[in-house]
Amino acid sequence: MVRLDGVGLRYNNGPLVLEDVNFALAPGAFRWLLGPSGAGKTSLLRLLTLSVRPSTGRLCLLGVPIEQASRRDLPPLRRQIGMVFQDFRLLPHLSAFDNVALPLRLAGRPEGQLRVDVGEMLRWVGLMRRADARPAELSGGEQQRVAIARAVIGRPALLLADEPTGNLDDAQAIRLMQLLAELNRLGTTVVVATHNESLVARHPGRALRLNEGRLTEENSAAASLSIAGVQRSDQTA
Amino acid sequence: MASLRPRGSDDLGLRRALSDRLLPLLVAAMVFLAALAAAGAIAAAGLAAHWRGGAAAVLTIQVPQPQGRADAVAAVLAHMPGLTTRRLDAAELAELLRPWLGPDAAKLSLNLPAVFEVRADPAAAPPAQLLDAALQRAAPGTLVERNGAWFARLVALAGSLQACAALAVLLVACVGAAVVAVAARAGLAARRDSIEIVHGLGATHGMIASRFAGRVTLLALAGGLLGVAVAVPVLLGLASLMAPFQPQGLAVSQPDSPTALFKALPPMLWALLPALPAGAALIGWITTQITVRTWLARLP
Repeated sequence: MVRLDGVGLRYNNGPLVLEDVNFALAPGAFRWLLGPSGAGKTSLLRLLTLSVRPSTGRLCLLGVPIEQASRRDLPPLRRQIGMVFQDFRLLPHLSAFDNVALPLRLAGRPEGQLRVDVGEMLRWVGLMRRADARPAELSGGEQQRVAIARAVIGRPALLLADEPTGNLDDAQAIRLMQLLAELNRLGTTVVVATHNESLVARHPGRALRLNEGRLTEENSAAASLSIAGVQRSDQTA
Repeated sequence: MASLRPRGSDDLGLRRALSDRLLPLLVAAMVFLAALAAAGAIAAAGLAAHWRGGAAAVLTIQVPQPQGRADAVAAVLAHMPGLTTRRLDAAELAELLRPWLGPDAAKLSLNLPAVFEVRADPAAAPPAQLLDAALQRAAPGTLVERNGAWFARLVALAGSLQACAALAVLLVACVGAAVVAVAARAGLAARRDSIEIVHGLGATHGMIASRFAGRVTLLALAGGLLGVAVAVPVLLGLASLMAPFQPQGLAVSQPDSPTALFKALPPMLWALLPALPAGAALIGWITTQITVRTWLARLP
């Protein structure tokens, strides 16, 4: 699913922000991505969303060696990756409905079919009545829920989330973790970046810890993602 | 094929990023200039054709000491195929000499040559050497002036005018492409975040470039139609002014009926005018595709 061998990343000619990163994730794995601000979590997520290519080392994503992939190979890969951004990254000109529908339209899903799926997803995140609202008309929490719905509607093979609970209240955070656990149980590989240690403590699982661009992998007390009755044994890569 | 949104919708917010005001007006100005330049090229082509087929085919034949000899020359010319001959009368000769001899040239008792104006059909007329030999046999010392040399200069001038007009059209097309490229880059800058988002979600470069190109093509087409709409009355006005000087070019004066109005411009120009907005739209599409794809190439 995901394999990094000696991966390093630098922007332009700057210093390495990631150095000699090695890990592998099997299909259906769950990992917390931990570390202080500036440790390189966002850069690692950018690598995994194919927003940047590694400066050194080898990255294999969804079975495709990225250093050998042509530009044309990348869009289909990106459509299999869901990403929840810290700053939501919604299209300001589109309604909540159209933002959520975007991945399905990119995948060529017919309009008649996607309406049902998008409506169901908006209902699940509690925004059915706000379907026509644009991001500027939504609160921060509502925007985050739209971003989450957009990330998961295409049933991605790999789901990445950068501080996904940052703008959610406790109840919404619990619902989000339930959704992530459910997707993980169905086989989606999930990586959640956070520096909210209490969230990790409530939902123990295996973790990747970054510090100054270097990675260590560690096991929490219970090597499984356990959330409100949804439990999945983690598969090690 | 997959798209970002249903047909007709504005997924990247391009209706605001690519304004429907400035770009169509600039394209309209370019198309207006292109229409004028094209009309100039067609008019120059008409002039050249007129000169080639008309004045260039005229010969002037002078017969010194014409008593008895002029009739022999007239007889030779009458039997040559492809020649239309007219002998200038005394009044016409006096008019020709007036700049040098004054108004009383006829009273000077000069032994003036007989002058024939001969119009030759290039397809049927005899070769120059044959005509010269026949004239010398009939009346030795007869002079034949061929106007081809200086008409060739006029034809070259007309050709140069055509080339200049074509160059002007080319320059206008290049400036139009530059204007479109600048507008597309401004649109890219305004929608950079949105583009990066849809790119990250898996949009191909072709999808994004098509959205931009579709919008720019529409604006360029609208501008092109506006430019032609402004150019047509101007060209009709110019045609009516030029009509007395150019019998076969921009033809008729006083376009007082719809048919006459239609015939006031050459058919080739009528055929070309609708092609200008289409050309503007095509330039817009190609330029935008290149500009957007070049910009997208910096993304991974």
